[in-house]
Amino acid sequence: MITFKQTTKTYEGGVTAVNKVDFTVEKGNIVVLLGPSGCGKTTLLRMVNRLESISEGQIIIDGEDSMSLNEIELRRKVGYVIQSNGLFPNMTIEENVMIVPDLLGWGKKEKRERFDYLMDMIGLSPDKYRKRYPHELSGGQQQRIGVIRALAADPPVMLMDEPFGALDPIIREKIQDEFLQIQKEVKKTILFVSHDIDEAIKMADKIVLLRGGEIMQYDSPSEMLVRPKSDFVYEFFGKDRAIKSLSLHTIEDLKNIIGLVEIDESIQDTKTINVHHDLRNTLSMLLNQEAEQVIVLDHAGSKLGAITIDLVQKYLHYEIKGKSSSAVKG
Amino acid sequence: MDEWMKFLEVNFPRIIELTIEHATLVGLAIIVALLIGIPLGIYLTTNNYLAETVLQIASVMLTIPSIALFGVMIPIFSIINQGIGFVPAFVALVLYSQLPIIRNTYTAINNVNPEMRDAAKGLGMKTHQRLFRVEIPNAFPLIMAGIRTAVVLNIGIGVIAAYIGAGGLGVLITQGISRGDNYLIISGSVAVAILAMIADGILMWIQKRYTPKSITN
Repeated sequence: MITFKQTTKTYEGGVTAVNKVDFTVEKGNIVVLLGPSGCGKTTLLRMVNRLESISEGQIIIDGEDSMSLNEIELRRKVGYVIQSNGLFPNMTIEENVMIVPDLLGWGKKEKRERFDYLMDMIGLSPDKYRKRYPHELSGGQQQRIGVIRALAADPPVMLMDEPFGALDPIIREKIQDEFLQIQKEVKKTILFVSHDIDEAIKMADKIVLLRGGEIMQYDSPSEMLVRPKSDFVYEFFGKDRAIKSLSLHTIEDLKNIIGLVEIDESIQDTKTINVHHDLRNTLSMLLNQEAEQVIVLDHAGSKLGAITIDLVQKYLHYEIKGKSSSAVKG
Repeated sequence: MDEWMKFLEVNFPRIIELTIEHATLVGLAIIVALLIGIPLGIYLTTNNYLAETVLQIASVMLTIPSIALFGVMIPIFSIINQGIGFVPAFVALVLYSQLPIIRNTYTAINNVNPEMRDAAKGLGMKTHQRLFRVEIPNAFPLIMAGIRTAVVLNIGIGVIAAYIGAGGLGVLITQGISRGDNYLIISGSVAVAILAMIADGILMWIQKRYTPKSITN
């Protein structure tokens, strides 16, 4: 758990980068710091492991005031992932991943086992990559290595500074999915900086929207889309917020609320889609008219029904617009 | 050609002897220069104000004509009765090699990718761990380039040391000039050139051998 209490960062010239920020990252949650460039999100992140000093206020990590801890010890207890180039080109993949355990003085066998375990987790062969160097890997692989390096000593808290920002969109989405899978297993307390709204919606349990060093809103992604607290928040998520919010819902949600349509057996040109697919991707698939009929399958592969654009629209209307109008009333 | 053969038959052992003397003088000077220059260059990366001053002084040092610097050394070292010979030449060469060594070390460490430095800090490396595990290995090619420049420079300047009685291959050239003996002048010059190429070749090999593979591409 990370608690920010009136945390403030003022630079020598009097510029305030972060102003009296108060919020808590619950244990096992991902909180995304989101906002336009210069809003102080990276500064705030870097204050947690004291790469930036705290001018006023406190940051409390698992019950301990970060200022009461030794700077070096603190950083070894907090995983840190940055955008590309964070890997050391003079070290092999194994050396890179095992830096923190090495600094902490783990034994050889222990390190080896941990490396194998972590590599298996991201689906890379430990023996194949052990002695390779970072430049021999693709951008996506390097970023995966960056993530497991931060996980190496099993820190309870992780800081991620636009970790997937340098990747192309397709790889980025894949790694985001993978990372969410890993998070289900490791359940770290994560503070994550992003400038990408879609990424924030996808990754976050909660989003902190910052402007000029101040919190504009701290809420779950769906609350923020549906009930923006100010014009700034409303504008920030843009006019397509309804469509963005679709990525928070799956076909299953739609099926539970309004149901699917019957499958028309006479149509030959069909495509199938898993019931856990999010509605945003489903909608784009439907709009692209990849097939005349899209059939929804459950995990076992049996057909549940068909999905149409009309259904998605209906769902959007009832679920999202409905919620939002009730919010206005409330 | 015959004359050359005769000349070499007589003088070859002496040329070798002087080459060894020359290499020893330059080699010792470089070792001491490294012991001063590299730590100083690394230290300067933490103190930008001092860095400017030190680099200026080192630059000025290099602009002093070598013969003048050797000349200045004579009265200074006369105080300890070492006015001519090895000591003043050695000190002058140490001073001459400071600029390339300090400047390259300073620049190399400063140019280490800031994101890499950031990652090293963020992972909890102490200053010396960051220096030895990340910064120096990644700065190594540029530091070596400075050392190579200093070595080649010193082999050349070391020739002038003959004027203050420090021996070395300069002896052949100065004698050749005073006697009007072209064989001496040419053999001395060629030996200096060969020595410089061999030294640079060895250092290049060391540089390639110990540069992390991934940095060279």
